[in-house]
Amino acid sequence: MELLLQQVMAGLANGAIYACMALAVVMIYQAIDHLNFAQGEMAMFSTFIAWQLMAWGLPYWVAFAAAAVVSFIAGVLIDRVLFRPVQKAPILSQIVAFIALFSILNSSAGQIWDYTIKSFPTPFGHRSLFGGTLIDTHEAGMIGVTLVMLALLYLFFRGTRLGLAMRAAAANPESARLVGIRVGWMTALGWGMAAAIGAVAGMLIAPVVFLEPNMMLGVLLYGFAGAVLGGLTSPGGAVAGGFAVGIIENLAGTFIPYVGRELKLTIALALIVIVLMFRPSGVFGTRVVSRV
Amino acid sequence: MTSVREEQIAVPAAEPVRRPVSMRLTGRRLIIAVAVALAAAVPLVATSFVTFQVTEVMIYGLAILGLNLLTGFNGQFSLGHSAFYGLGAYTTAILMHNYDVPYYWTLPAAGAVCFAVGFLFGLPALRLQNLYLALATFALANAMPQILKFHALENWTGGVQGLVVDQPDPPSFLPIDGDQWLYYFTLAVILVMFAAAANLIRSRSGRAIMAIRDNPIAAAAMGINLSLYKTLTFGVSALYTGVAGALGALAVAFVAPDSFTIFLSISLLVGLVIGGVGSIPGCLFGGLFVLYVPNIANSLSTGLAGALYGVILLLVIFVMPAGAAGFVRFVLARLARFRQS
Repeated sequence: MELLLQQVMAGLANGAIYACMALAVVMIYQAIDHLNFAQGEMAMFSTFIAWQLMAWGLPYWVAFAAAAVVSFIAGVLIDRVLFRPVQKAPILSQIVAFIALFSILNSSAGQIWDYTIKSFPTPFGHRSLFGGTLIDTHEAGMIGVTLVMLALLYLFFRGTRLGLAMRAAAANPESARLVGIRVGWMTALGWGMAAAIGAVAGMLIAPVVFLEPNMMLGVLLYGFAGAVLGGLTSPGGAVAGGFAVGIIENLAGTFIPYVGRELKLTIALALIVIVLMFRPSGVFGTRVVSRV
Repeated sequence: MTSVREEQIAVPAAEPVRRPVSMRLTGRRLIIAVAVALAAAVPLVATSFVTFQVTEVMIYGLAILGLNLLTGFNGQFSLGHSAFYGLGAYTTAILMHNYDVPYYWTLPAAGAVCFAVGFLFGLPALRLQNLYLALATFALANAMPQILKFHALENWTGGVQGLVVDQPDPPSFLPIDGDQWLYYFTLAVILVMFAAAANLIRSRSGRAIMAIRDNPIAAAAMGINLSLYKTLTFGVSALYTGVAGALGALAVAFVAPDSFTIFLSISLLVGLVIGGVGSIPGCLFGGLFVLYVPNIANSLSTGLAGALYGVILLLVIFVMPAGAAGFVRFVLARLARFRQS
């Protein structure tokens, strides 16, 4: 029982990272209707920007805010400059455009800031929490920030006119355009918000996994898995899915004898696929019914 | 069935309406014949390095064709084809390394193993659509290197170190070296497989496969067994990619778990889109892109190779949103309209 509890706590700490990323993934999915493979690299780039600003002597929170704002603008620009022209291209071509963006960001970051591992500061500190060694103040802070972001997003989408307009533009572009919503700008706004959330996620994750151009690779994979498990249509589900993936990963590694440790990623992914077979739209997702 | 047979009776010249069709067919046959003749001449004029590279282009082209059968013709998305490629490669390597099976027998074995695994994987895939299928296949791609490294299988797979494969020797009556023989062997396999794929697509089954992609509900209403065709397509697709993997193992003469990661799947996907989704000759163009463009980017600038690769990729997508095959179709349509006016 003690071991189980410990592993669940450790899983929650990992899960917080995935949940952060899953939230950004769902955000962009809501705006543009597919997964952004370059999401992790965008977050990594934003984190490097924050690191650079701090290296130039700015205090943590100023750099944090500046990186989020710069990422927001960059996200809008990426949509307007890169993805506008391929908007009418087949979906697979758009996915390849994401892969191209991935490659560009990863390689440029390596060229500008090189591939050595850098440490990234945290405002929460690394003291132990509840006297245990499994979860520290930074990880608790990360969970807190993720939940706050989730609450803010919920309020934004449910309570403001702009949020309503964005939901309308994503759900039914033609009708939204007819009632006077500028669908193109709503998409761009979605990109901007996803980039800013990604930046926050990156800055929270960097103290744990350390800063380097490939830091997001594994995290993004788990973030996707969490988002899809929870349901791509539900931000809350995505966060829950992210936590679930972290916990499943840890429990499989500890409790499944013989194969668990070596194949823990495989087992986690297999479990997710099995869950999806019974809940094809994710655990918290709403089923999309299409008209014939 | 009847419509197919009508086409095969080669439509005599007495029927003037059909003539353009038959002429276009001969034109296409001519192009194919010239292409095969050119391909057969490559090892005689090119250096052995270029010969080896063209061999790899053909192998990638075959793997992309496998993906194309599933994604381009059947509409099922897969990020897991690196796993089938790896499975084919490992089947060949294990058979040759541990059981001394001659290399040419390992190809049907690799195809059969991949067909079986692909078919079985197609069963759960039936319940998953689009992104969810992408995630499931993605899980497969991520699991494969881990399973290959798994310590309980080390006696077979060689664990992290992988296995060394002997390069096939040319038959003694032919005055050619190993690389040239490998090239001709690959070329022969590719020709057979591409012809078979083209025939499959033109057949009754091929039309059923494409009908499922275009409108599954209408296809089911027409009496097409969706589950059967979708799982079979998954199996055939895995078979193609698995045979490509087997050829790849022979060409590189070495297999290791980390050659078959998700990045291989992404490369195949890029090749598929650049070549043209739903086009059979486009696959070879995709193979060309997958092999050469990273090298070109690397030769321009080592540090920024990835960025250059991305920029080239974006430019290609901007210029040819429907891939090379779509571009050719577009140009031909323009030419036809120009000639008419």
